[in-house]
Amino acid sequence: MSLKDKLVSSYLAFEDHLEDDSPIHDIRSKAINVFEGKGFPTKKEEAWKYTSLKGILNDDYCLFPKRDNDVELKDVRKYFLHDIDTFKIVFIDGVYSSFLSETTHDSMDICLLSSALSKSKYNAVVEAYYNKAASQDSLTSLNTAFAKEGAYICIPKNKEVEKPIEIINFATGNEAALMLQPRNLIVVGENAHVQIIERHQSLTDHAIFTNSVTEIFADKRAHVDYYKIQNDNSNASIIDNTYIEQQRESICKVHTFSFGGKIIRNNLNFYQKGEYCDSILKGITILKDKQHVDHNTLVQHIAPNCESHQDYKGLYAGHSTGVFNGKVLVEKEAQKTNAFQQNNNILIDDNATINAKPQLEIFADDVKCSHGCTIGQFDEDALFYLQTRGIAIKEAQALLMYAFANSVLESVKIPELERRINKIIANKIGVNIGFDV
Amino acid sequence: MLQIKDLHASVEEKDILKGINLDIKAGEVHAIMGPNGSGKSTLASIIAGKETFDITKGEIAFNNEDISELNPEERAHKGVFLSFQYPVEIPGVSVTNFIKTAINETRKSKGLKDMPASEMLKLIKQKADLLDIDRKFLSRSLNEGFSGGEKKRNEIFQMAMLEPKLAILDETDSGLDIDALKIVANGVNKLQNKDNAVLVITHYQRLLDYIVPDFVHVLIDGRIVKSGTKDLAHELEEKGYDWIKEELV
Repeated sequence: MSLKDKLVSSYLAFEDHLEDDSPIHDIRSKAINVFEGKGFPTKKEEAWKYTSLKGILNDDYCLFPKRDNDVELKDVRKYFLHDIDTFKIVFIDGVYSSFLSETTHDSMDICLLSSALSKSKYNAVVEAYYNKAASQDSLTSLNTAFAKEGAYICIPKNKEVEKPIEIINFATGNEAALMLQPRNLIVVGENAHVQIIERHQSLTDHAIFTNSVTEIFADKRAHVDYYKIQNDNSNASIIDNTYIEQQRESICKVHTFSFGGKIIRNNLNFYQKGEYCDSILKGITILKDKQHVDHNTLVQHIAPNCESHQDYKGLYAGHSTGVFNGKVLVEKEAQKTNAFQQNNNILIDDNATINAKPQLEIFADDVKCSHGCTIGQFDEDALFYLQTRGIAIKEAQALLMYAFANSVLESVKIPELERRINKIIANKIGVNIGFDV
Repeated sequence: MLQIKDLHASVEEKDILKGINLDIKAGEVHAIMGPNGSGKSTLASIIAGKETFDITKGEIAFNNEDISELNPEERAHKGVFLSFQYPVEIPGVSVTNFIKTAINETRKSKGLKDMPASEMLKLIKQKADLLDIDRKFLSRSLNEGFSGGEKKRNEIFQMAMLEPKLAILDETDSGLDIDALKIVANGVNKLQNKDNAVLVITHYQRLLDYIVPDFVHVLIDGRIVKSGTKDLAHELEEKGYDWIKEELV
């Protein structure tokens, strides 16, 4: 049986098991129908031209894992940004781990989607936001059909969340291949500020296929600073579907650090619904072996006087492949839009590939849009400079790669995260430049 | 120390150097002057080992060893240093970390272990003081957002740290105001001794008021057409390069 058939036929049993008349029952039913109609995307679809899911659809995934393996804190501590200086919402094989989580707080909701869906006090928010930004594409619909757990974060008006929130999904998959469908709902109130770090980490050599959906709603003047850390092992794949809806004067930033995984696909969508919004999309990709990453971004400028800034940098070694498919859509009403898109890549080995496809669709006449894309090797003058200082060519190349990727880090506003990412980059590239000083 | 004999070089089949002869001994300061496009910077790059130029004839010997086949880092390890006219910016790598890497790479080439951190810090402090460099400057990203003067001072700081036998200063005066020029020149003079040599490459005589050369060579159209003492530099400053060109005809 194909994975699609298996999913579709499992759905009824899954729905039966849900305890209540969930308010999202109808949403689920519609979603499974959409998925059944469309199936998994293939390379025939324009948006999937360079990414084939074939290689990960043949495993016999366990769809409804039971959490029977506890994870020891000492084994996973290294994946946390900080012991005490962050809130943590931790899931193991899709199930909440209260033991590893740290959500003590007041005056805001940092809890679980399952609670939000089942308790009446959350009804209003769920009704207003759940599945309202997510698209109807097949993978998002698949998630919508099966999703029952994830982070639910609701920050009230004027609240500045004092420390970052980490959402961490561990996959143990001790017995078999595992498919996970995490679902996050994040609602940030007027003038509220929040920093969120999302990480998916496999703890097994079995195949892990994560199909996640995150919806973020930023109200007027809200600041959302979101970091995605994708540094998983070579049997773990993720389709990350993120939808961000922005109201007037809100600022939303998403940094995507793609350092490891089998197939990584980021569908990152911004919708600017009010004036004077700012959307910032940054990415650093460093891949090797046969890893594959596909950054598929959309910024939809709907209201006037908004800005968007995209800056993606990629370093590709071995047989790795990258895709940057960045679409900026400026609607007729969105006059005075400033939209910038930059994608720079370095191919380290002859067998590495990058497919870059910037798309601008502009229906307003008074806008400033630019996009630039480079695919290159090393700057010879820069190499020569380093060599004249006695630095051998390999080390010189590494230093230049480090410098190339590092420029994206400037906008990381969590010092400990910046330090960690910096270290990962140096490690990946093989530079030893004495971070102790 | 440096002996260049009948050096010819070209880039993309265009001849740039057409028979250079130059002999620099330890303890000497030489200056090469010439109009734009005469081949001055090319000569500096070729001595340091830039591979974009083809040496079509002649030889470059450094301490009696032919170095024309060595790559730039090998020449650096032997004691050749080039101060760049346009130093490269390296975001994310501090001046301190960069110079540590450079020093330890050079030590590695000689089979030495990394310099101990305490010794390194002491050396950095000492050289920074010599060049009147603020400690904060050392933690900034290499050349990123540096003013012209800061870039050049940083070049001389690296030179001070690496203690080369031959320092080639390519247009070190360009983009400097007089105060910055004095600091940079002063630094070079402090580092100069009987065992090392300096080759100053410049368009203007100005820098040579502060770094006083023993010999001045005039490079025009890929050849050294005249050599003399520092008086030659003053003469060039007064009369420009045209009189030499006329003399040649």
